[in-house]
Amino acid sequence: MSLFQRARRIDSRARFFVTLLLLVGLVLSSGCSQTEPPADLTIINGVEPESLDPAIITGQADGRVVAGLFEGLTRLNEKTARAEPAMAEKWEISPDGRTYTFHLRTNLLWSTGEPITTADIVYSWIRALDPLTASEYAGQLFYVKNGEAFTTGKIKDPSQVGVHALDPYTLRVELEHPTPFFLDLCAFETLTVVPRQTIQKYGDRWLMADPLPCSGPYRLGYWHLNDKIRLLKNTNYWDAANTQSAIVDMLPVGSPDAALNLYIHGQADIVWDKSLVPTDLIDLLLQRPDFHSFSYLGTYFIRFNVTKKPFDDARVRRAMGLTIDRERIVTKITRAGEQPAYSLVPPGTANYSPLDITNYDPGLARKLMEQAGYKDGNGFPTFEYLFDAPAGGSAKIHEDIAVELQQMWHDNLGIQMNMRQLEWKVYLSAQAQLDYQVMRSSWIGDYNDPNTFLGMFTSTDGNNHTGWKSPSYDALIHDANQEPDARKRAEIFREAEKMLIDEDAPIIPLFYYVGINYFDTNRIQGIYQNVLDMHPLQTIKKIKPPR
Amino acid sequence: MYFVKRLMYAVPLLLIISALAFGLVRMAPGSPFDRERVPASPEIERQLKAKYHLDEPVIKQYGRYLNDLLHGDFGVSTKYRNHTVNDIIEQALPVSMLLGGLAFCFAMAIGLPVGFITAARKGQWPDVIGGLLSLLTVCIPSFVIAPLLILDFSVKWNLLPVGLWGTPARMILPTLALGMFFVGKVARLFREGMISAMQSEYVRAARAKGLGETTLLLKHACRLAILPVVSFAGPMLADLLTGSFIVENIFQIPGIGIFFVNSTSNRDYTMEVGLALLYAILLVLLNLLVDFIYTLLDPRVKYE
Amino acid sequence: MSEPERQHLTPNQRAWRRFRAHRAAVISTWYLAFLLIAIVAWPVVLKCSTANFAHMHDPDQLSDAQFVHPSLQHWFGTDFHGRDLFSRVLYGAQISLMVGIFGAGVSLVIGVLWGAVAGYVGGRLDGFLMRIVDILYSLPSIIFVIVLLSTLGEILKQSHYVTSSPRLAGQLRVILLFVGLGAISWLTMARIVRGEVLSLRSRAFVDAGRVLGAGNRRILFWHIIPNIMGVVITYLALTMPSIILYESFLSYLGLGVQPPMASWGTLMVEGVSQINPIRIYWWLILFPSGVLVTTLMALNFLGDGLRDAWDVKGK
Repeated sequence: MSLFQRARRIDSRARFFVTLLLLVGLVLSSGCSQTEPPADLTIINGVEPESLDPAIITGQADGRVVAGLFEGLTRLNEKTARAEPAMAEKWEISPDGRTYTFHLRTNLLWSTGEPITTADIVYSWIRALDPLTASEYAGQLFYVKNGEAFTTGKIKDPSQVGVHALDPYTLRVELEHPTPFFLDLCAFETLTVVPRQTIQKYGDRWLMADPLPCSGPYRLGYWHLNDKIRLLKNTNYWDAANTQSAIVDMLPVGSPDAALNLYIHGQADIVWDKSLVPTDLIDLLLQRPDFHSFSYLGTYFIRFNVTKKPFDDARVRRAMGLTIDRERIVTKITRAGEQPAYSLVPPGTANYSPLDITNYDPGLARKLMEQAGYKDGNGFPTFEYLFDAPAGGSAKIHEDIAVELQQMWHDNLGIQMNMRQLEWKVYLSAQAQLDYQVMRSSWIGDYNDPNTFLGMFTSTDGNNHTGWKSPSYDALIHDANQEPDARKRAEIFREAEKMLIDEDAPIIPLFYYVGINYFDTNRIQGIYQNVLDMHPLQTIKKIKPPR
Repeated sequence: MYFVKRLMYAVPLLLIISALAFGLVRMAPGSPFDRERVPASPEIERQLKAKYHLDEPVIKQYGRYLNDLLHGDFGVSTKYRNHTVNDIIEQALPVSMLLGGLAFCFAMAIGLPVGFITAARKGQWPDVIGGLLSLLTVCIPSFVIAPLLILDFSVKWNLLPVGLWGTPARMILPTLALGMFFVGKVARLFREGMISAMQSEYVRAARAKGLGETTLLLKHACRLAILPVVSFAGPMLADLLTGSFIVENIFQIPGIGIFFVNSTSNRDYTMEVGLALLYAILLVLLNLLVDFIYTLLDPRVKYE
Repeated sequence: MSEPERQHLTPNQRAWRRFRAHRAAVISTWYLAFLLIAIVAWPVVLKCSTANFAHMHDPDQLSDAQFVHPSLQHWFGTDFHGRDLFSRVLYGAQISLMVGIFGAGVSLVIGVLWGAVAGYVGGRLDGFLMRIVDILYSLPSIIFVIVLLSTLGEILKQSHYVTSSPRLAGQLRVILLFVGLGAISWLTMARIVRGEVLSLRSRAFVDAGRVLGAGNRRILFWHIIPNIMGVVITYLALTMPSIILYESFLSYLGLGVQPPMASWGTLMVEGVSQINPIRIYWWLILFPSGVLVTTLMALNFLGDGLRDAWDVKGK
């Protein structure tokens, strides 16, 4: 074989080998460049945060990271999830409950060293209310006087909003009406303090600034989308002495099976998101000591579109509610130890005591249907039950529940239900436009108070999505929110809830959510279960188990 | 010269694709900003839409988009509001490229020899077994293979990590899961190519010249047989480089495949259009590369 | 001494002989026939059997027998809701095969027409049609499919046909899947058909037809298309597996067929979620994927056999 012929033969093979070598080299070199210190704590946080800008986030996973980076006047206590002093050292509340005067600590610093004063707080709150920021949770600041007016553009002058810096360390806040949960709201992410100069310099991409000034117990090491967020201890934090872990990694994982695998292999220390437990294994997993379940401020319920026949008849809706065997659903389908729900507001909600009703009565249901003119289901049209589709490995719990409901309603009332699974955005669209008959729904409380659940169903609230309008319900909610006395307030709310659940029933609650976290209590300290499932990062520590 | 002409043709192609994608993604029902929790005031949603110019007529939006594109700016993602599409592609594409490149090498390294052996021993046992195995890998979906691989290698035998990315050890299972399908495809294509090459007049002439069987197979038939593999390699690489959603999802790899699917489910308009353009650009470049390699391999091929 | 009479075989007969020589293709045909018979016969068996048998094997019947191992009563075991898996696999086969056949059919209709017109007419129309194919090739299919499925779904849902017939509404999803999957598979078919038609149109029989006075449309439909049928059928057999596979990917994303209908794809996704380090219900993944893989392999072998038989070259 001549040299030339040999060379030709080697041609395409050689090219292939060279590429292979190059790639191998790339692999090895990329392996070498990843020498970074391991994290003290690795947490699987749920889905990737859409943003870390406190003003615009809406998701809980986002909120957990933001709570580590930015702080507000108050912060949540790790055990009780109630507000405790943070940036504000102390405060006074006026007797009518509408004016708060906060006194800031004088030693507050950004992670880059500049001092934090009340001007920063005013700036942050006004920014969250600013129409140009388009903050979807601006509603949290509507309790402040003129907050809503400023966002909707009725007033253009920010100085008319009820938050003023009296001096660099004293802040006065005026509210629209007495709000017992306002101090909790001050710990909410939307109200945390953001760095004015960085935002003015970089605009929307201010989170890419390096260094990024942070006001919370941690600062941002780096943020790699779908990879991890690395948080480093902020040594300028006023309480830095009590920050337990110096480096915290937050991993975004969407699939419960992947989360479980990573945890079992020791690549994550904590997994905290109730959707990250493979539902088929829940009963087995909850028997392990490192799986912890706790009451959670959320309810799973069924929505009716009361503008469409036959669901405009309250008797039909109540009848359908009376025939659902919630015990079976929570024991056979969801199996995480959820409590069946016969009312909307979950037990354990602050400032409230729950209604005591148990509504399972197929006999009464059949009578109601007969009164409505559908004896044994005759004449009742076939209807559709909508739910959203699981995607990419997440649980098909809604489908499983739908299958059960279909059978229960058929066997008890003789009515025929068809299931329809919708893609997420299409599902939201159907809900928003009242383009459905019956659909599944749920609600997680924003703050620990019944108003976050009951306020939804007033005629004007955008989250109503049922078409149900009741002037008397609206009046009750309005009165409750104006009432300064806590006990009377709770009473008014109970009356409203009774109207909602027992009499008109535009929704049927099914069960209260249970939060599930998994971590080894022998090795992880400083994390406690609470009804909001919010766990301040700075108190968590990983220790070596005692030998 | 031909290749320069091809590159120039690519520009209107990309323009049409950007327009097509731009209009198409806005046809899907639902808006980028629909959420479970509606903001407290409808004014906020209106402001959000205005911020992204979604309240303007589509043509105007497209004009604005083209203008930004000329400056290399693909726009801000409607879901990850602090990231531009450029940021996301810069972070995620290299990961997918690495994974895709590895899977490609794996597919070639296993597929070509298997195809060769099954063709050389056509009809005998190696062919039957090799043929069955290659077909098998083409028929099993990757979302079945990946968990099975994890189950065996990570869980049962504890040899390899279960997921994430960064060290060479973590790259092995995803490469296998992703590359498996293409191993079979490459093997089958190469085998067919070899068989038809062995019957071609080119090889018959060489045989008549008295060349030995091995030389025939290695030198001549391979050169012909590799052509269908090469032309398949272009689209194959494009699909590999843009990442496989399923493998990335299961192994939690921060690649760009996840964004392809999620951006559509999230109605993230800027991301969808940006990714469609990225895919088209990659495909154009790879097809050009493939055609170039074609000329090197087969002297009969000439482009005007 | 006279030569033995050579048998004159038509091209079809020659093709049939070559097909029969391909053992794998023949075995696959038997398997597919058996599968089809099982799919058609099973509902009949259920109807005619005892009430107990029918009740236990009803694919939609919930029971308390969750996660039962394969046994004499439940040959493939049961799933999370206590439904018999064997029955579900067979009913799922209906859906998967229907999606495969009709999806391939859609790709056939569009692809053959497109490619035949482009190849036959040639010139600028050919260039234009093929440019469109190039452009569509450059769109990432997943984005296109998701947008298509949701947009068409909304449009069709509002249409008169669907609102008047609830049964049609339920099947809307499956119909959308045929259309959607067919819409992304016709591109290759169009290219191949165009290539074939290009080479055929310069052949003698076309000129002969024209001399006899046949118009263009007649030549296209009655002369050219029958001659490319071999190629077309082969690629049909090879497109079906990729469509069925794509449907299973869509099921993984939650976009496949909707409950309560189940396809092999949705069954496999359910089964795969059972693979975890704690405990494994292996039958939920083995049987649906086993049947899917075997069927896809059979279809591929069938396609290979057809391709050998018709002596088709080129991709």
